[in-house]
Amino acid sequence: MSAITSPAFKDNVRAALQDRQLQQALSEVAPGLAARRGAARAGLPEFEALRDRGRDIKDHTLAHLDLYLEAFEKKAGEAGSHVHFAPTAEDARQIVRTICRDAKARVVTKGKSMISEEIGLNPCLEADGLEVVETDLGEYLIQIRGETPSHIIAPAIHLTQDQVEADFRRLHTGLPAGRQLVEPAQLVAEARQILREKFIAADVGITGANFLIAETGSSVIVTNEGNGDLTQSLPKVHVVLASIEKLVPTLEDTNTLIRLLARSATGQEISTYTTFSTGPRRAADPDGPEQCHIVILDNGRAELLGSEFREVLRCIRCGACMNHCPVYTAIGGHAYGWVYPGPIGAVLTPALIGVHSAKHLPNASTFCGRCEEVCPMKIPLPGLMRHWREEEFSSGDTPLLYRLGLRAWAAAAKRPRLYHALARIGIPLLAALGRRRGAFRRLPLAGGWTRYRDLAAPQSRTFQALWADTKAGVPR
Amino acid sequence: MSAGASSRDAVIFKIRKALGTYDSAQRRTTVAERLGAPPPPLVPERAKRPKEGQRSLLRSFLEGQSATVIEVASTTEVPAAVARFLRSANLPLRVRVGDDPYLDALAWNSEPALERRKGPAEGNDEVGLSHAASAVAETGTLVLASGADNPVTLGFLPETHIVVVEDKDLVGGYEGAWAKIRARFGKGAMPRTVNFISGPSRTADIGGQLVMGAHGPRRLCVILVRG
Amino acid sequence: MPGSGKARPRVGLFVTCLVDLFRPSVGFAAVKLLTDAGCEVDVPVRQTCCGQPAYNSGDKATTEAIAQLTIAAFEAHDYVVAPSGSCAGMLKLHYPALLKGDPAWSARAAAFAAKVHELVSFLVNVRGVSTVDATLEARATYHDSCSGLRELGVREQPRKLLRSVKGLELVELTDADVCCGFGGTFSVKYPDISNAIVERKAEHIAATGADMLLAGDLGCLMNMAGKLSRQGRKIAVRHVAEVLAGELSDPAIGESP
Repeated sequence: MSAITSPAFKDNVRAALQDRQLQQALSEVAPGLAARRGAARAGLPEFEALRDRGRDIKDHTLAHLDLYLEAFEKKAGEAGSHVHFAPTAEDARQIVRTICRDAKARVVTKGKSMISEEIGLNPCLEADGLEVVETDLGEYLIQIRGETPSHIIAPAIHLTQDQVEADFRRLHTGLPAGRQLVEPAQLVAEARQILREKFIAADVGITGANFLIAETGSSVIVTNEGNGDLTQSLPKVHVVLASIEKLVPTLEDTNTLIRLLARSATGQEISTYTTFSTGPRRAADPDGPEQCHIVILDNGRAELLGSEFREVLRCIRCGACMNHCPVYTAIGGHAYGWVYPGPIGAVLTPALIGVHSAKHLPNASTFCGRCEEVCPMKIPLPGLMRHWREEEFSSGDTPLLYRLGLRAWAAAAKRPRLYHALARIGIPLLAALGRRRGAFRRLPLAGGWTRYRDLAAPQSRTFQALWADTKAGVPR
Repeated sequence: MSAGASSRDAVIFKIRKALGTYDSAQRRTTVAERLGAPPPPLVPERAKRPKEGQRSLLRSFLEGQSATVIEVASTTEVPAAVARFLRSANLPLRVRVGDDPYLDALAWNSEPALERRKGPAEGNDEVGLSHAASAVAETGTLVLASGADNPVTLGFLPETHIVVVEDKDLVGGYEGAWAKIRARFGKGAMPRTVNFISGPSRTADIGGQLVMGAHGPRRLCVILVRG
Repeated sequence: MPGSGKARPRVGLFVTCLVDLFRPSVGFAAVKLLTDAGCEVDVPVRQTCCGQPAYNSGDKATTEAIAQLTIAAFEAHDYVVAPSGSCAGMLKLHYPALLKGDPAWSARAAAFAAKVHELVSFLVNVRGVSTVDATLEARATYHDSCSGLRELGVREQPRKLLRSVKGLELVELTDADVCCGFGGTFSVKYPDISNAIVERKAEHIAATGADMLLAGDLGCLMNMAGKLSRQGRKIAVRHVAEVLAGELSDPAIGESP
């Protein structure tokens, strides 16, 4: 399993806020993604109606997921694919290890796959002596740094160009030291050259899947680079890693989701390459893999189907939620501590690694609602985060001091007479204390606030007290 | 029972348990009907334009993605258009093609200097030439099916990809593309790969700046045959 | 006399805890605006808070108890109006959702929710108010509080009324619809992140060149005011109701008297 640092969320956040390069990278890229999504939506009048359709397609599929998986398995088998079911992450790792072993693989190329991160595949294969090469440029950039992705579609969003140049010079020692690496185009050309050799040398190519289509037994990937296509076409063996909820009934259903995906992710009308793969090469095909394996992972998702978190399984991995999240765009993806960052991560991570480890994630939200507003699948993300807070509260996982404060406040809030009586005493006192400056620079019990902000003093008396006076004819 | 079958059953069972349901005839009928006769998708207005509108959408989207679009009046002019494009891009007059009767039948003797080599793309091929199954106006997307006539690597290994598409195969939306695939391969059947290609390869992963030719072709040229 | 429906509807003012405790002048401004719009305003005493602090902490039991007492307090009114998008959203959308499964309360909650409105949208959309009789020579900018915007569609209404204030120059705020970082308990549970978000907001506010910041939610306002003053910026912060009602005799938020 990918290393989990979610329990250290607050430390992660502190580090992220002080990381100047991360902050620079976030401020450069994130606002553009949100703006472009807005423009794409404005350019397609049917966008909102398509969101409803997309949500309905996923809801229908999830309600019949067992049967659609069976239908997919049958069709994929007819096309010559081997379909493997993996109840757990360990099962999935073993399946892929066995496939690689049977193929006598030495080099493995990978297209972007969040599932492979989730199950911790790379270190496992490397321990078997395999060379594993990420081919999505962003994934390659972080692989050579030994980092994990910080965004689900732009994994290296946190890196600046200078950092990339430094990494290339450090790692690509076979190339002339005096070469120019000033322009992004030069860096891309170098990555292309290095990775081209790996594409050709690979024995096994592993890709993820945005969708698995039951009607045809196909898997679908979307890229702008074309790396997924080279990964899955050149080696002898193609392995698809997908989780159970990627199922979609028909090609037409996929059309609807494709109409939403790229527009929500990057504001493009469609990704440069949307590829539908079905089985290995046919007898007459001059190229393509000889074997196609599809590994379908559960790892806790089946359980979600029966829970109040079911809607999170509609996700099509566009990343719009995090692009629009004020928290994500302030702290970046690594702070979330595991594979899935941003609002989707705040809901999914507790489900997959346990709410105790991930407890900060659903709490670190202002519930501004932008994620739900932009989610193409209309996942009610803030409401789902609130469900996690309810679970934490009822299991006693909320910090003690906070619980006590809440209980004291609740005792008064449920009793209007007591509440107003206490307020009539406390508020004028606080108002008097703050009258000179009009605000507090420091206030006991309010350290979290006053560390960074002044706290306005109350006016003088409560509204209820003043209103009672008004009603009694006492002038204000 | 093999480990594979028991894993599969375990996952299916867990799903049924979570859904609070079981394998029933009624649910099977729902799924079978949905797969057999899917409800019509919501097709955007812009996918329903007449042919002239489709052509201009296709061109503007492809050019917007930095692809080159060349219109020729008939198939007779295709080899000349290919040669002209290669010369303008300073590329050698050599293309890799599949074993495609349609491409074979083109008037190549009008361009004797233009060399065609058949087969899957090789490492040092600079140009791949494909015939598209269709082109979709709604997003400027070419649809290519893999086969002996069109090895998939033609569109990804060489730095330049030239795609010939006939005006009669231009459709408004993705639905039209699938209709043609189904007509050719049968309902529910697919070739190994169907590629939707909407421009040359690109990345913005470095400093957020757009660069062409990340791994796939740097150049995409579309030849639209009117006749 | 402006307005639709009943000649003189009985409006129950949901004060909100922050207005009650920290800034009653907002409540009095609301009363004036509602009265000017032809309403009879009543302020039930059996109200304390909408319950968001408990709700967003996962304490459903406390929230339900507060919801029930609030619903009961307003049953005799034609409308329930709150000078806060987040409180109005809580009452209108979340109370019915919370009590949906409770046979004794679900119908009462639904009936209650149907009467709930945020203040400015009530004035414009229900009472048909299109201008206010107020004057303020100032350059102001407006922040869209998240709940009001996304749960209740409050966006055009405050701008429409502000444009009718004589002498007021309204400048649009970049990213007006992006969160200010308050989020209730979030601001004290995750102060570092809250600060990062409000710092960005403060930069945008300063960039407008405005000398006044307005919004419809006191929590957001106190958050932004607190940051602006800590940064030493001289920007007056008020609730939009104060400007619309011409109730400007009290110091701005956080300002010394």
